[in-house]
Amino acid sequence: MYRYTDFDAGFVAERNRQFRAQVARRIDGSLTEDEFKPLRLMNGLYLQLHAYMLRVAIPYGTLDSRQMRQLAQIAERWDKGYGHFTTRQNIQFNWPVLGDVPDILDALAEVEMHAIQTSGNTIRNVTADHFAGAAADEVADPRPVAELIRQWSTDHPEFQFLPRKFKIAVTGSPADRAVTAAHDIGLRIVRAADGGIAYQVLVGGGLGRTPMIGKVLHDALPEADLLPYLEAIVSVWNLLGRRDNKYKARIKITVHEHGIDEIRRLVEARFAETRAAFSGIDQVMLAGIRAAFAPPAFRDAPVDAYHAARDADPVFRAWTDSNLAAHRAEGYAIVQVSLKAHGATPGDASALQMRVLADVAERYGHDELRISHEQNVVLPHVHLSDLPALHAILRAHGLGTANIGKVSDIIACPGMDYCALATARSIPVAQEIALRFDALKIEHQVGDLKIKISGCINACGHHHVGHIGILGLDRAGVENYQITLGGDQGPDAALGQRTGPGFSADEIVPAVERIVETYLAERAGAEEDFLATFRRIGMAPFKAALYDAPDKEARADAA
Amino acid sequence: MSVIVTDAGFGPDTHSPDPRSGEAVTMPSDTAPEALDAALGAEMVVIDFPSSADGRGFTLARLLRLRGYRGRLRARGHVIADQYAMARRAGFDEVEIDDALAARQPEDQWRLRADWQAHDYQARLRG
Ligand code: SF4
Repeated sequence: MYRYTDFDAGFVAERNRQFRAQVARRIDGSLTEDEFKPLRLMNGLYLQLHAYMLRVAIPYGTLDSRQMRQLAQIAERWDKGYGHFTTRQNIQFNWPVLGDVPDILDALAEVEMHAIQTSGNTIRNVTADHFAGAAADEVADPRPVAELIRQWSTDHPEFQFLPRKFKIAVTGSPADRAVTAAHDIGLRIVRAADGGIAYQVLVGGGLGRTPMIGKVLHDALPEADLLPYLEAIVSVWNLLGRRDNKYKARIKITVHEHGIDEIRRLVEARFAETRAAFSGIDQVMLAGIRAAFAPPAFRDAPVDAYHAARDADPVFRAWTDSNLAAHRAEGYAIVQVSLKAHGATPGDASALQMRVLADVAERYGHDELRISHEQNVVLPHVHLSDLPALHAILRAHGLGTANIGKVSDIIACPGMDYCALATARSIPVAQEIALRFDALKIEHQVGDLKIKISGCINACGHHHVGHIGILGLDRAGVENYQITLGGDQGPDAALGQRTGPGFSADEIVPAVERIVETYLAERAGAEEDFLATFRRIGMAPFKAALYDAPDKEARADAA
Repeated sequence: MSVIVTDAGFGPDTHSPDPRSGEAVTMPSDTAPEALDAALGAEMVVIDFPSSADGRGFTLARLLRLRGYRGRLRARGHVIADQYAMARRAGFDEVEIDDALAARQPEDQWRLRADWQAHDYQARLRG
């Protein structure tokens, strides 16, 4: 793992000193509320419905046991004993008091963490594939370059007051587990013609009220050109992006209004200017960062205990069937720990759970943890022989749910329970769907199915790319949930299509149930997953199941 | 009246050429990047900051420097003390603020950021 250099540590300490002074200057009137707002946002402090919220970066989703324990400590000391992992590899504390925030930031700095640029009109926390450095299907580990971009974007003097927020994601795998096509810039590491690596650069993706899939700006950018090229893109957008209307300010709208070819022409011209400013020292630094991400020393040990446990214990077997992914090293697995126990708040972890996760990472996981954009925790390197013991510990702490990728592994934004912008609740809907399918006992029969829920049009729950997407709106004071089907967050990212009129809070769970029943009735076999079935048969059968008259009457009767 | 902020702190506006003389060029924050070239030979360029939330001036300054502009470069308007280091790193020599802002954010708040060359990721990465 990357360790802070003296420079990094000095930077964060100085930044925290500045923020402490900014809070004091806000209180003594030196800073107006309008001036203070962007400053607190660029330090991760956001004003929510009931209180301030502090959003802490987990750069490229990687952390170790020491850092996880510190998050637990912060949750207990300054919050209500839990934290919420988000869809962008951050953890949010929902109840800090303004005056405590400088101390929280210092506590984070003790373990090489910060909340810098997790909010505001800045380049946000760079996200990466949560299986990085472990996945069997990887071209290269995306984390070193994500760290390089973190350093480049941190306190970048030109880019602290951008037209709007700006999100970058990197994947090193053709499976694209970082949803790069839904980011302002998506970087995909690809094999170059000469056998080295290069970057496919996507620009202008994003969800929100005008969802767009990113477009290819460059097919194979040489690694040495990456920082000046990124700088050229953000520089062009900083001047060209609209500042008259915040709903039209994101780069996806700039790309849409000017066309990808014109944007490419402008970026190429700007790149000719920015390139000269880089001497190449960044590549030397990148090589050093890469060395820090060298894989741990994997051990060679028998795996009989694993197979014996699978044969003997159906609960363990079900968990390994759904929660493991292929590791590149012989005898190892990637373990996904579900933060989606049926009926729990998706993405929430208690301080005790964080400590348990830290302990098992230290004992069984080469001291590494990851946070996935699906709001789960990943132990990227676990030897198969350790899985039975690991599973027993996880189960004892409500962390053993066997539902990764299944109906109840739902992404949900905070919605009306926390968010000032929400038009509907999302957490309770996720909880009810999970409980319903758990009661039906058909989750494993249904297989891979991603449900994503947003509590307003801003789409923090990524509903557009859910196989089933749910968007909570406010219709004359009543919650109304729109459904989209067929969204896909993978390498062939696609936006879901609306089924038709929305459903009330009472109707939404039965509606999802009818969609799943329709899939089960129509699928060509158990191997054809929901998305494949939807692509084959289209919207019509689902529409019929949702809206046709008999069902409506039945619904009216039930109501 | 206005105050000129440099690394040395607050000072009066003594050395600015008369904006009407042709030696100083004033540019709004929405200046197109092509239009910067006309200013490359000027003795002084002033870039306006209508609001501290409008970050375009930082990119305009940087482009001017990348294109070889070597004259005096001033940020004028609603620039706050917290942005002083950004302004210097982007290529500005000085900041011009009005008396009201100077009273609300006195000299010591600006002086704290006079060490703008320290803790600069950009300088490390560019070499
Ligand atoms: S989607 Fe809307 S309700 Fe949900 S977190 Fe984002 S802004 Fe808040």
